[in-house]
Amino acid sequence: MSFRDLQSRLADTGYVASDGLAMALHLAISLGRPLLLEGEAGVGKTAVAQALAELQAARLIRLQCYEGLDAAASIYEWNYQRQLLAIRASDQAGAAVEEQIFSEKYLLKRPLLEAITQNEPPVLLIDEIDRADEAFEAFLLEILADFQVSIPELGTIAAIARPVVVLTSNGTRELSDALRRRCLFSYVEYPSLEQELTILRRRLPGIAEHLAGQVVGAVQLLRREDLEKKPGVAETLDWAAALMGLDVADLGDDPATVQATLVCVLKTQADQAAVPPEVAARLIGSAA
Amino acid sequence: MSRNGPEAALAGFVAHLRLNGARIGPQETQGALAALAAIDAADPVTARLALKSVLACDRRQWERFDELFEAYWLARGRRRERLEPRPSPHVTSARPALWDGHLPPDDGSAGAPSTPEDGAGDAAADGEGRLIATTADNLMRTDLRLLTTPEQLAEAAEVAERLARALQDRVSRRRRAALSGPQPDLRRTIRRSLASGGEPFDLMMRRRVERPLRVIALVDVSGSMKLYAHVFLAFLKGLIGRWTQAEGYLFHTKLMRVTEALRDRDSLRAIGRLSLMAEGFAGGTKIGGALRQFNDRHAKTALNGRSVVIILSDGYDTEAPERLGAEMKRLRKRARRVVWLNPLLGWRDYAPIAAGMTAALPHVDAFLAANTLERLAALEAEFARI
Repeated sequence: MSFRDLQSRLADTGYVASDGLAMALHLAISLGRPLLLEGEAGVGKTAVAQALAELQAARLIRLQCYEGLDAAASIYEWNYQRQLLAIRASDQAGAAVEEQIFSEKYLLKRPLLEAITQNEPPVLLIDEIDRADEAFEAFLLEILADFQVSIPELGTIAAIARPVVVLTSNGTRELSDALRRRCLFSYVEYPSLEQELTILRRRLPGIAEHLAGQVVGAVQLLRREDLEKKPGVAETLDWAAALMGLDVADLGDDPATVQATLVCVLKTQADQAAVPPEVAARLIGSAA
Repeated sequence: MSRNGPEAALAGFVAHLRLNGARIGPQETQGALAALAAIDAADPVTARLALKSVLACDRRQWERFDELFEAYWLARGRRRERLEPRPSPHVTSARPALWDGHLPPDDGSAGAPSTPEDGAGDAAADGEGRLIATTADNLMRTDLRLLTTPEQLAEAAEVAERLARALQDRVSRRRRAALSGPQPDLRRTIRRSLASGGEPFDLMMRRRVERPLRVIALVDVSGSMKLYAHVFLAFLKGLIGRWTQAEGYLFHTKLMRVTEALRDRDSLRAIGRLSLMAEGFAGGTKIGGALRQFNDRHAKTALNGRSVVIILSDGYDTEAPERLGAEMKRLRKRARRVVWLNPLLGWRDYAPIAAGMTAALPHVDAFLAANTLERLAALEAEFARI
């Protein structure tokens, strides 16, 4: 399978990938290496993993990162309540109890361990890795390089089937070189006009061609404006859906309604103030 | 491909990328070969895409990759020579006069590490690093503009470095052992309870470790600051050389990130890189524009809740003051603390009436004088309160 095949099969699931991204995904699958995706919020980094899981009919295992995420919440934890009960209920000697309570029966699998103990290769999505702290990256290294987890009481658990790993980052922090070197890399840009039109048509099949063109044109222009939060692809889809729901056929028809629906694309108070009706009218005028 | 085969050509390409700042090595070469084997490598467009995802490992590299790819594969014969890692005469001659003060002369001895980086500097780190005032008393009180001879500058640079180390000392001691804390550590508790037949007598606790502060310094190197820039650059170099959590930026009409260049222990290469960045040194100032560039492009990565931003500038801005005010407000939202060091503040009768300075002041946590090294040293106390 070439990367073009992958690209068109992704498009069938509703995900329109650029050449660079399709190639990176293709290599990640064929070389068995993790893929690190960076880009602005809303360019569709998380959706890649979802589309890939759908395409491969694989399970999607997702680990959402946050500050303070540790091994207990991401890899594994012992089931302490059960362990305590087992110790109290047991009449055996210490060593035997120890053997018993540190067995797999008492192990709670968190996403990372879960991902390497599947029989069928799943898609593992490690979302917003830049939100976790540096220490957490170190936990990841063993898993990403060798696909194995070391548990002191149990030994090393190696992957049954290698998951396809996708990491995403919004770039709120520099990631360590060690992590970067284990991954393939792709920088995801906002889609071009044509790509975004294709996305809109795939996701909202009922949309009129004229409205789709206007919406995408206006959003593309908005991204060039000086905004705090630039609208992502999800915002475009929301806006188009809202306009369809309100039966707006042309953005020029009803300026008041269109202005009201801009809440779908402008997500901060400052941004809404920066696009008053006159500016919106100008954007829509030049987008058409 | 050449007579040496594709492997050698690819290794040459990796070396070419490395010369251009990529941190990659043999492992990446191997990865690139594997990638080319996995795809149809005969098609140059496909090959470029594949190499890009293996060899570009961050955004900067990603954006420059196409350019470097073309330079290497399409103008191969000429580029080949540049793989020779020898100091080019062009680089050394372009060295800005500004750096003459605290970098070794660029004759034959230039390959040796620069003096402030080693030896004496390390010796001072073990507990004696703060005796700045007693060892360099006179120098400490002289206005930084009056430090002109190379010896004086070298001494000033050393003092600035010691100060940077003193700051680091202060901050890294903020870590505490986790002997008690708000959360029980069940794993250790259960492990220990085995000894008492499952009765958890000792409740183990955990607490989060405090992490060191991050310092981001923005140094004004415009014309009006020219006389101070020597010492502030030395301060910046000391700060970054000693402290991994520090970032340095220079600005005049534009903003440049110089962390990598200043961290470079090979001073010759550092000079080469800085000389490129120094274009426009001693020109006009656009503080608002530079801060805007920082806020747009770098702030998200560089700043977090533990960041202290230090701005070293006289506040003379050639742009509308409202712009500076607005950007300072944005900056203040992201950083934990914003400190403005103004060399003019130490002068008698100085009042911050420059329009830009007035606009910026409401968004500054501390507005301090920085005209003598003694005043710079006072920063330490300011940091301790954070």
